[in-house]
Amino acid sequence: MEKARPLWANPLQFVFACISYAVGLGNVWRFPYLCQMYGGGSFLVPYLIMLIVEGMPLLYLELAVGQRMRQGSIGAWRTISPYLSGVGVASVVVSFFLSMYYNVINAWAFWYLFHSFQDPLPWSVCPLNANRTGFDAECEQASSTKYFWYRKTLNISPSIQDSGSLQWEPALCLLLAWLVVYLCILRGTESTGKVVYFTALLPYCVLIIYLIRGLTLHGATNGLLYMFTPKLEQLANPKAWINAATQIFFSLGLGFGSLIAFASYNEPSNNCQKHAIIVSLINSSTSIFASVVTFSIYGFKATFNYESCLNKVILLLTNSFDLEDGFLTASNLEQVKGYLASTYPGQYSKVFPLIKNCSLEAELDTAVQGTGLAFIVYTEAIKNMEVSQLWSVLYFFMLLMLGIGSMLGNTAAILTPLTDSKAISRHLPKEAISGLVCLINCAVGLVFTLEAGNYWFDIFNDYAATLSLLLIVLVETVAVCYVYGLRRFESDLQAMTGRTLSWYWKIMWAGVSPLLIISLLLFYLSDYILTGTLQYQAWDASQGQLVTKDYPAYALAVIGLLVASSTMCIPLVALGTFVLRRLRRGDPAPVA
Amino acid sequence: MSRVAKMSSCCYNETKRQQHHARRSKVKEASPLNWELGPDVYLQKCESDAENAFKVRLSIRTALGDKAYAWDTNEEYLFKAMMAFSMRKVPNRETTEISHVLLCNVTRRVSFWFVVTDPTKNYTLPADEIQSAIRMNRNRINNAFSLNDQTLEFLKIPSTFAPPTDPSVPIWIIVFGVVFCIVIVAITLLVLSGIRQRRRKNKGPSEVDDTEDKSENTITIENGIPCDPLDTKGWHINDTFMTEDERLTPL
Repeated sequence: MEKARPLWANPLQFVFACISYAVGLGNVWRFPYLCQMYGGGSFLVPYLIMLIVEGMPLLYLELAVGQRMRQGSIGAWRTISPYLSGVGVASVVVSFFLSMYYNVINAWAFWYLFHSFQDPLPWSVCPLNANRTGFDAECEQASSTKYFWYRKTLNISPSIQDSGSLQWEPALCLLLAWLVVYLCILRGTESTGKVVYFTALLPYCVLIIYLIRGLTLHGATNGLLYMFTPKLEQLANPKAWINAATQIFFSLGLGFGSLIAFASYNEPSNNCQKHAIIVSLINSSTSIFASVVTFSIYGFKATFNYESCLNKVILLLTNSFDLEDGFLTASNLEQVKGYLASTYPGQYSKVFPLIKNCSLEAELDTAVQGTGLAFIVYTEAIKNMEVSQLWSVLYFFMLLMLGIGSMLGNTAAILTPLTDSKAISRHLPKEAISGLVCLINCAVGLVFTLEAGNYWFDIFNDYAATLSLLLIVLVETVAVCYVYGLRRFESDLQAMTGRTLSWYWKIMWAGVSPLLIISLLLFYLSDYILTGTLQYQAWDASQGQLVTKDYPAYALAVIGLLVASSTMCIPLVALGTFVLRRLRRGDPAPVA
Repeated sequence: MSRVAKMSSCCYNETKRQQHHARRSKVKEASPLNWELGPDVYLQKCESDAENAFKVRLSIRTALGDKAYAWDTNEEYLFKAMMAFSMRKVPNRETTEISHVLLCNVTRRVSFWFVVTDPTKNYTLPADEIQSAIRMNRNRINNAFSLNDQTLEFLKIPSTFAPPTDPSVPIWIIVFGVVFCIVIVAITLLVLSGIRQRRRKNKGPSEVDDTEDKSENTITIENGIPCDPLDTKGWHINDTFMTEDERLTPL
């Protein structure tokens, strides 16, 4: 007979699991970018509005479905309606794609972590060139941190067509990353429940340490003031609202099936409404907290670069005009420049083209997101701090905790439906199923360790989950409200938890949230169609910077396949179920 | 007096180029031999961009901040001594004296040009020899002035980079190996204990009734008696009453 369904040892484990899943790398490297791009402090307005209107209701919906159906995503949606089990399948497919490429980030974090135990840090100095007369040419053009990322870590090829060979160092790190994930999910909720204490709490410890360090850095206040000064005119920009909605949506990890899986291990009487509100509030406040840290680091880095630039100009002028050493300072620079220009025009005009215009605003304006922020900008700031090894270790350890926490959710989304299915769990113990899933993901993930691997990573990152998730969550909301029936669901929840459903949730689920998702979908579809050819950023080693290139035909085919394979599951499974029903005419109607 | 006159004639041409700061007139230690040569020869040997002449630039305040020393004739003497010392290390040049090193065009930046002449003072030593001598003793020269390669610059003489220290086994592999072994050991332990638990469970249920297998996740318990037996015994024996009887004190 059926074994007892494993449960979380206490509700706190469930909350920590949700937090460690939702609080991921996006909070650290995507939200600060959005905040900077869309008006600084004023971005918080659309963000918080979207949180209340979209984030909390959808999160509560997923947790309630999981807790009520007590099965993984496929089983839960099959229970709601057999025609809709395609939604569950689509969730599993998207989670599969996500876990394939997401763990590569953990591999990179491991790589940087292991390299942090050296003095000096390997990304702080350029290596010497072949005949030891100077620094490596590529490193001179770019910076030492960019060189370490693009050349030493990725060994990136000039375009996606040049696949290159497998890099054994990132491959080893990827293997280690999957072994660590396997270790955490090996025993199901028993092991996951204990690991989430660490993956949920440790990042906060590191963030607090970094906050204290960050705020005391020289120039941190420049960054904070610049970024958080509200630019109220951005509130009228529709892109700000769309990006706020998108960020809330993806940051909470809706639609992957992980939340359903986690909630399915709950006691039926668990108060998931309270937990939904807690988790979404903690997720958003972590984003804001992380952006304070990020902006102070930005400010430090920008001030440092600005002062280096000024020093270079001072040195140039001192040498060209043989001024006394120490005479030129930042404060009298403009004055002296004017004096020199008027007194020695000939010589000044010779030197003038070499003088760079140093601007603090220009340094602060460089907005970066994604892996570029985590592995280039942060490392550049860290290498200029004292005891940089310690800060580097702390930082990459935090990235690892965030990444592994999210991976636990992703793999739970894949494993829960598999272990729920009697066909599979009868033949294989759950350790073997987890092992197989990790093995397959690791093998496919080796593609991302090729020389062109980062370009494929960007494809997966941009296209594997975006459109499909919006569609999945839309179908979920419509399914619960209109197919299963909102009144029926409401009475189920009341019987389960003993609490009545507030009118607010009913309005949100039935009306506002689906409308929001439809408008997001329309926006993204029109954006894709209007953009025409899709392009990507390739690293040019000779120039030492990124250049834009078009995707080749087969890459576009892969993108189309990624989006289609998850979205098509919904209609295909519905169609398949319908056909099977017709073939088995005369069978009694399935019990929901 | 004539020495001073010689000095001013030497530096007069340069004053035109560097007009915007006062020239510090220096009394150079000219040897009696130099004395005999006319000012033209002196001019030829040491001037900006002369053959075999090197420009030196010092950034004392940048390097030392508050502890910066002033550049005066004594420091120049030390510099000449260091140059002579470096040249003495070159074979065939062991007889180089301080007086063979000529400095000129000292600016407020602190930068100047210098040449090294041979003992006869007829010609200046070739630039290659001076360059190799300085490169070999760069450390000693830097330390004499408490400066480094960036703050005591010999323009045209590139600094040698220290060769990278590559340990035989990169450090990251060591850390990787440690973490990898720990994770493998932990996985093995967990898997083995899981297998052992399952084997124990498999042996266990075969000795117990089917009752156990039929228990659901929530075994409702009332009065200390599981309700399931109510179903399985087919309603023939009502265990609730049976066990209650046993609890009653026997008569």
